[in-house]
Amino acid sequence: METISLRQMRVDQTGTIVSIKAAGELGRRIRDMGLIPGKEIRIQGKAPLYDPVSLRIMGFTLMLRNNEADHIQVEV
Amino acid sequence: MGIAIALAGNPNSGKTTLFNALTGARQHVGNYPGVTVEKKEGKYSDDIGEFNIVDLPGTYSLTAYSMEEVVARDYLVNEKPAMVVDIIDASNLERNLYLCVQFLEMGMPVTIALNMMDVANKRGIEIDHKKLSKLLNIPVVPTIARKGHGKKKLLQAIAAKSESNIEPLKISYGQDIDTALDEMEDMIKSSGFLTNRYNARWTAIKYLENDGQVKELGSKGDKNLDLQLETIVEKVTKHLAATLDTHPEGMIADQRYGFINSILKQGIIKRYHDENRLQISDKIDKVVTNRFLGPIIMIAIIMGLYKFTFSYSEMPVSWFESFFGWLSGAVDSALPEGLLKSLIVSGIIDGAGGVLGFVPLIMFMFFGVSLLEDSGYLARMSFMLDRIFRMFGLHGSSVMAFIISGGIAGGCAVPGVMATRTLKSPKERLATLLTVPFMNCGAKLPVFALLIAAFFSENEAQMMLVITLIAWFGALIVARILRSTVIKGEATPFVMELPPYRMPTLKGILIHTWERTWQYIKKAGTVILGVSIIIWAMMTFPGLDENQSKLFEDQRAVITSQAGYAILSDIETLESDQLSAQASAVKDNLSRVDLDEAKAGLKNSIAGRIGTSLEGLTKFAGFDWRTNIALVGGFAAKEVVVSTLGTAYSLGEVDPEEKGSLSERLKSAEGWGPLTAFSLIIFTIFYAPCFVTVICIAREAGSWKWAGFSVVFNTVLAFGLSVLCYQVGSVIM
Repeated sequence: METISLRQMRVDQTGTIVSIKAAGELGRRIRDMGLIPGKEIRIQGKAPLYDPVSLRIMGFTLMLRNNEADHIQVEV
Repeated sequence: MGIAIALAGNPNSGKTTLFNALTGARQHVGNYPGVTVEKKEGKYSDDIGEFNIVDLPGTYSLTAYSMEEVVARDYLVNEKPAMVVDIIDASNLERNLYLCVQFLEMGMPVTIALNMMDVANKRGIEIDHKKLSKLLNIPVVPTIARKGHGKKKLLQAIAAKSESNIEPLKISYGQDIDTALDEMEDMIKSSGFLTNRYNARWTAIKYLENDGQVKELGSKGDKNLDLQLETIVEKVTKHLAATLDTHPEGMIADQRYGFINSILKQGIIKRYHDENRLQISDKIDKVVTNRFLGPIIMIAIIMGLYKFTFSYSEMPVSWFESFFGWLSGAVDSALPEGLLKSLIVSGIIDGAGGVLGFVPLIMFMFFGVSLLEDSGYLARMSFMLDRIFRMFGLHGSSVMAFIISGGIAGGCAVPGVMATRTLKSPKERLATLLTVPFMNCGAKLPVFALLIAAFFSENEAQMMLVITLIAWFGALIVARILRSTVIKGEATPFVMELPPYRMPTLKGILIHTWERTWQYIKKAGTVILGVSIIIWAMMTFPGLDENQSKLFEDQRAVITSQAGYAILSDIETLESDQLSAQASAVKDNLSRVDLDEAKAGLKNSIAGRIGTSLEGLTKFAGFDWRTNIALVGGFAAKEVVVSTLGTAYSLGEVDPEEKGSLSERLKSAEGWGPLTAFSLIIFTIFYAPCFVTVICIAREAGSWKWAGFSVVFNTVLAFGLSVLCYQVGSVIM
């Protein structure tokens, strides 16, 4: 078990969110979409230019930019 | 009086589908007062009762984060609907309940429509809705909005429940926050702080969540209490940071999800598959958003849309054209020569007919765009394109505004400009606002279609693609320039849902298509017709004075006196192919005089004078005074360019036998060729937005300064580009 940032995850890799460092607007939007500590995620794919990244959480798919994924720590 | 109900829910939860299923065609689309977020209202009535239904904008939460969320919660607070129907995607219960819980915390009466039960079942999800209803203490009705299943039961539940009083839901947010909340709630209650709008605990929560809108209201209402509340918030914030390395906002969100989880854990959901297993949608995405295939498929889809629009709309377009041709022919022979006939034929029928003739084209285009929108493909486009948009200082969501404005040709900059409301960052929004008018809206299409038909008829679809690419590149480069000069600043959060692919419902698409087409027709019917008549007047008055008219009269007299009686009577009675060479020459001379007179009249008119005075400048772009008049008209609405050109040329050529379409006329007209046409296409893409768009920009940007900027900047830019194309082209060709 190690903790890495979401950006570093590979496609099809799974992990559990440990913490979200973002505050303010970005933090709020991330939480509204269900990205909160304890949730399991799986990297679904990356856009043709490797950014943004799409991930699966609670049975639906989200997309976020790499620089946003940096704020999310994941245990893999 | 019907029961007032508000439909709320996450985007992509089937909210609009349910709204359509309930109200059918009996809906009214408008705006919320003061803002440009769309407000849909409709009615439903049967033996259960009468319902007035409002479709609130789709949101994930109720923060002051986006305009949609503020509009939704303001509506609930101000209008106090008898029931909030929260449409919940059954296969996404957990995240969807996040919004539901917030309604309950506000103290709203809520009924859950547990939608898309069929999809959930297919995914191996079973939901005990009765238990969910018991645990949340609100009605829960399973529905399948696409098929209209469950809507009666839903309305029965609403009718039965809508009168009882509701106690706001209280969630435990952990000891620290709960203590602070209790304290704040007491203070708020005892001083009646904002209690006319919100329940006390909700206000307290919003203070802890650092909610901009509520805090602003608070500081305006009771400065003293506002400060006291802020002090408590500050204390809790410090404490949480020190003990748990978090902040109230994060804690509240986590605990809300915790509350939802504690309910779902009691055997609400049964899963027969892993929840994150690959769905069909994900498998499609593996191909459709693939690094190599994705962009190719995207271009193919855009091309396909053009083909669809151009080839399938061809027949109805020609029906429209021949109908209006027949109409003006009928009026032409029924009315005597004079101003009235000129007004009806050249002003009204040519003007409105030329524009309405393109309705089928626009309808087909909207149909295709709705198909992409409703199927979920547009979100994939934004996923694939975000990296590029960000390079130009925009947001992946800008793609929506661009597409609606005509990024896939055929939109309208008016709703496009309004669609920028979903963008939170004022800077990215402003940059989007100012560049979406470069997209090829439905009103520019007739101009392009006309020019393509006349000069590029062999490569219609390719030419449309080229025009689209020029608009996109131009818009993006200008956006980049704006974002690094007049509107500098950091990027905004992107995180958003990638909805599953869905087979769109025909009804949904038809309603959508009809709404947009109707918007266009309304615009064409009112603004365009009005402008057509004004322009007709501008092109007709003041006309030639007596001395000038006499000049032409004299010329005619000279020709007729030289020709002699026999030839003149031949011209009167015989068909043109039966005329002798001499008689033909006389006839040609006479009609040339007529043409010259009409042309002189037009040149002498108000519009002619404007156009002629600008000719010295616009000749560098290849535009003569007629084009100038048309472009000035296009300021009011782009489609007027076509109707004005039509009027200009039908007034200029008086021979009633010549009934060729406008594109045929342009082909043979003096000064026209592919280069002039291309220069005009460039100018049409980039020059000032129509005044309706300009007004919207002023409202959305919050100042007339930006509206004025877009008019002046765009026109100067367009002129520069057109001159460049024309001059370089003239040298090469």
